[in-house]
Amino acid sequence: MSKRSRKRAARFDPLHIGWPLWIVSGSAILFLIAPVLLLIPMSLGSAEIIEFPPSKIGFDQYRKFFSHPAWQSAVLNSLQVSAMTAVVSTFLGVLASLGLVRGRFKGKGLINAFIISPMIVPLIVMALAFYISLAKSGMLGTKLGLVLAYTPLTLPFTVLPISATLRGFDRSLEHAARILGASRFQTFTKVTFPIIRPGVLTGAIFAFMIAFDEVVIALFICGSTAVTLPKKMWDVIRYEIEPMLPAISTLLFLLATLILVLVGFLQQRLARRMTAG
Amino acid sequence: MLVVPALLALFMLFVYPISSVLLRSLFSPNFTLEHYLYFFKTPLYSRVLWITFQISILSTLSALIVGYPIAYVLRRARPGIRNFFLLAITLSFMISLLVRNYSWIIVLQRSGVINTVFTTLGLIDTPFKLLHNKFGVMIGMTHIFVPYIVFPIYSVMMGIDLNLEKAARNLGATRWQTFWRVSFPLSLPGIGAGALLVFIMALGFFITPALLGGRKEQMLSNLIQIQIVDLLNWPFASAMSVILLIATLIVFSIYNRYLGVERLWGGVKT
Repeated sequence: MSKRSRKRAARFDPLHIGWPLWIVSGSAILFLIAPVLLLIPMSLGSAEIIEFPPSKIGFDQYRKFFSHPAWQSAVLNSLQVSAMTAVVSTFLGVLASLGLVRGRFKGKGLINAFIISPMIVPLIVMALAFYISLAKSGMLGTKLGLVLAYTPLTLPFTVLPISATLRGFDRSLEHAARILGASRFQTFTKVTFPIIRPGVLTGAIFAFMIAFDEVVIALFICGSTAVTLPKKMWDVIRYEIEPMLPAISTLLFLLATLILVLVGFLQQRLARRMTAG
Repeated sequence: MLVVPALLALFMLFVYPISSVLLRSLFSPNFTLEHYLYFFKTPLYSRVLWITFQISILSTLSALIVGYPIAYVLRRARPGIRNFFLLAITLSFMISLLVRNYSWIIVLQRSGVINTVFTTLGLIDTPFKLLHNKFGVMIGMTHIFVPYIVFPIYSVMMGIDLNLEKAARNLGATRWQTFWRVSFPLSLPGIGAGALLVFIMALGFFITPALLGGRKEQMLSNLIQIQIVDLLNWPFASAMSVILLIATLIVFSIYNRYLGVERLWGGVKT
């Protein structure tokens, strides 16, 4: 090794990032975020066609979206279905997590894997499966049918954060409550639940988001009577040129930002509670 | 016993519907394998199976190429930049799938952003065809998969002792050798976890090929939809679904064998 290269090796800093790497990783980040950010200025166009750059600026598309009955009912359907799914899935998720984390029985690993398994089944397979079974019971085109389909789909996403929270839980707090005379139910509502609440809320938010954004199953089950927002967007993207779409996309982008802030806040609170406990 | 309600729900809403697909594919009304035989005998369907694997492999590779440098920089950047990068990735990950695909339609279509910019600058006369072909599908799928690649690689990289790189340099390795012989091999577990997760997702992908692909880029999922909705051929659609499910399970069992099912969460949690 020459003197120069030895010197260079000695000065080597593993944290150093050279400019080519900055360019590559910066472009990668730009690739991830730029197309969606581009929709924001485009949503302000007032023309009947989607233009880049927009020639007239205004909030016409947003006004149109909020006053359009078909879109209103799609948003309402989506909100109802997603909220119901979040409630059902979170309820089942809390019970299952309590059983899985605290119970002592054989085959726990197997049950855990079973609960997580809907995650890896392709959505189109789930869609066909529900299409066949709901057709048999006459529940196609109903919101209940959608909630039933979304329950197994979202269950892994409620069980995982809730059981993670329960694993980090200091059980001596519960023992203390019991010794001080609280009933089992009181112990759960007054001690256990308040502590795991951020994990539960995180799970509920995940379940809501998944149901709110789901389109493949919705395509088959919505029919024309329970059209959700993603299903309506799908139809419009596929078959029409709709100048409202950038505005709707921008609203969904703002929703994602809001959820991100909320989840971040919950994680922080959870971390604080765990260390305080 | 608190697990029982969830198990009951899963049996009713997951096991039962999936098994009715399996039964549909095998009985009509007597036991038959004709739908499976038809699938493997017809060149069209074998080709679609091949296209499905091809697009899945290519989009996994391209997500790795885009995602790996991000993870590498995340590991080394100052907290300010690291947080900015993480925010951008997580945000992109949280945005509606439809919106993400739609944004690429706006960018790539004939009168889209890229073509407008290039024609206004006078660089091209005829617009590029960037949509409804393999390029469009690859862009759209890569865009969705990158976060799933970055998070597992980043978490593996966080566990690597950077003094190993220093040692390699002091022992005379060049920068390039240090990367290929030390840093890269140590990050392989993260690459494996991310790539397999993305590959499993890609096999069953439906939305992106339908919106950004042309007729030649339709994957198995898209054909299943056509069979159900347009041709009303439920038994054959069921057989195709079972084939897709088995392909997915084979890849998943590789994942499970080498990485364990618990790692799946690593790809979802942010």
